[in-house]
Amino acid sequence: MAVTKIAEFKVERLQILDESGNVDKELEPKISNDDLKKMYYCFLISRAFDDKCTNLQRQGKVGTYAASKGHEAIQVGTAFVLDKKDWIFPSYRDSCAQLARGVPISKLIQYWAGSEWGTDDSKERNNFPMSISVGTQQLHAVGAAYAAKYRGDKAVTLAYFGDGATSEGDAHEAFNFAGAWKTPTIFICQNNQYAISVSRKTQTAAQTIAQKAIAYGFPGIQVDGNDILAVYKATKDAIENARKGNGPTLLECETFRIAQHTTSDDPTRYIKKEVLDEWNKKEPIIRFEKYLKAKKIYTDEDFAKLKEKAAEEVKTEIEKGLASIKVNPDEIFQYAFAEMPDFIKKQQAELHEVLK
Amino acid sequence: MAKITMIEAVNQALSQEMARDMDVVLIGEDVGIGGVFRATEGLQAKFGPTRVFDSPLAESGIIGTAIGMAAYGLKPIAEIQFNSFTMMGYHQLKNHAGKLRSRSRGRFTVPLVIRTPYGGGIRPLEEHSDSLDTIYSHTPGIKAVVPSTPYDAKGLLISAIRDPDPVVFLEPTKLYRTIKEEVPDELYTVPIGKGIVRQEGKDVTLISWGGMMKQTLEAAELVKEKGISPEVIDLRSICPIDTDIIFSSVKKTGRVVIVHEDFRSCGLAAEIIAELNENMLTDLIAPPVRIVGFDCPFPLYKLEDYIMPSTDRVVSGINKAMSF
Repeated sequence: MAVTKIAEFKVERLQILDESGNVDKELEPKISNDDLKKMYYCFLISRAFDDKCTNLQRQGKVGTYAASKGHEAIQVGTAFVLDKKDWIFPSYRDSCAQLARGVPISKLIQYWAGSEWGTDDSKERNNFPMSISVGTQQLHAVGAAYAAKYRGDKAVTLAYFGDGATSEGDAHEAFNFAGAWKTPTIFICQNNQYAISVSRKTQTAAQTIAQKAIAYGFPGIQVDGNDILAVYKATKDAIENARKGNGPTLLECETFRIAQHTTSDDPTRYIKKEVLDEWNKKEPIIRFEKYLKAKKIYTDEDFAKLKEKAAEEVKTEIEKGLASIKVNPDEIFQYAFAEMPDFIKKQQAELHEVLK
Repeated sequence: MAKITMIEAVNQALSQEMARDMDVVLIGEDVGIGGVFRATEGLQAKFGPTRVFDSPLAESGIIGTAIGMAAYGLKPIAEIQFNSFTMMGYHQLKNHAGKLRSRSRGRFTVPLVIRTPYGGGIRPLEEHSDSLDTIYSHTPGIKAVVPSTPYDAKGLLISAIRDPDPVVFLEPTKLYRTIKEEVPDELYTVPIGKGIVRQEGKDVTLISWGGMMKQTLEAAELVKEKGISPEVIDLRSICPIDTDIIFSSVKKTGRVVIVHEDFRSCGLAAEIIAELNENMLTDLIAPPVRIVGFDCPFPLYKLEDYIMPSTDRVVSGINKAMSF
């Protein structure tokens, strides 16, 4: 009887653009200046959208809001690599990804202001409605990926979720199904260190989330989630691999939730100021600006102007979106089934009676 | 036309719909070898392992991935090996399958069928005998059907597959192989939401479905010998419920006995009685009677005959309705 080594694993971390703005030239992805500008503007739109929604929530014009703040590099970096035919399965934290995928601001705001018309109903792209139940959407991404593979489409599916979501049974099932069926699914774990107030260390004893992929038989890699270049490259590699038929990848994109969980939360109760200050230094917009400046794409003056422009655009589009919300109680009944059954018709009539 | 059992009718419906429509795929535990009840026998050989495929052992995974397939445009048929195990994926059914059309305002839909054997009487292990009808009827955006004959099993399953919304298809395990009847070889549908009068009568309306139709029909025969004329309705769909067929029968009889395996409190019988009270209180001659599962955990098999409604209990229920 002997103890033999039957397998050995390693977990890698990717960083291309560091906090000081240094770039690993060998790993630096080729992104056109035009695309870099678009990506940066997307960061700004998202940040302005977060700020505006948070303010509007305080005024009672928007419901509970979960900001993407701090997750921009992950959400923009992934969304920009996708084709329109690809599918995203976002959670509530992923307004930024939706905006990056082309959902109009005036559309998205309607969701947060309480209307289903704020989910992306465009058939031009495949954006699933955001999942509010934590960790349930990865399974949909795996199923859709199976369907794409079955049909011979080259589409991939990408699911966004947080570190807390990896504790859900559905997350385990999704990883396992994706591995077993070798589906073209990219799992984007946005490890922002907190699930409301529960820290990443309380969530799991695993050293990294990336390593969980190993157990399911597919690659997992930790990525600096505040580094747009690393996220872009890792996603591009994972997608190319999936399109070739090589199955799923898990990207653990490490960042920090520099905003509240939602507008109902007060993180000062459980996150120390020093910790927040440290992460604020590493945050993705500042880091991206260092890169853009070094590449001589933009100057500090440009940044300021663009921020102003983004804030103005968000303000105008949100106002437009809020003004366009129509409240039609019939929709409650209309969309329950493809064809309205009699029992639903009767219930609709009951409501009509009192609305007369 | 050949005489076949319910399990053969299910198999035939699956096979013929798959031959007709490339979007129909089968997913579940052990479906590759034909499933534990042999409902998918021979289908993997016929349609290949990408259309008939085993899933890892996880019910939420089955339902959740099937939702993704359906949203993409396929028509997945997911087998959940036993009714109780749908509970492991119930949040997927309720929070996603039933809501996606509404949440996305019709952009994404879930043309999904969940087939699941249900009901007691086959002496299995624990948690293999539940009849959770009410839960599906109580879940918005979901339809649910329960055949009691091979003919209806084929026709209802074809309707379920072609339905644009999620349908839970409950298969009474006890009746899988006990009844044989002539079933057309060709494709046909039995409409969802329509019950059927199995036996015409004038004194009392017996309402049941699925696995309990056997006891209900047996009881009807027994009371006929005593001069009572029962009308027997097989509801076939438990969401939507065919209230028209119930109302027109009760209008005639004024007495009603409802028989189901599922638990009593807040069960479907209670819902049917509420409908009767709201719509035809003055037509009722006697208080409606419920012959249903007791509100107790389903026991091991030595006691299962006592918790499930028996023919004797149905007879006693009819007598109670008649003697008021």
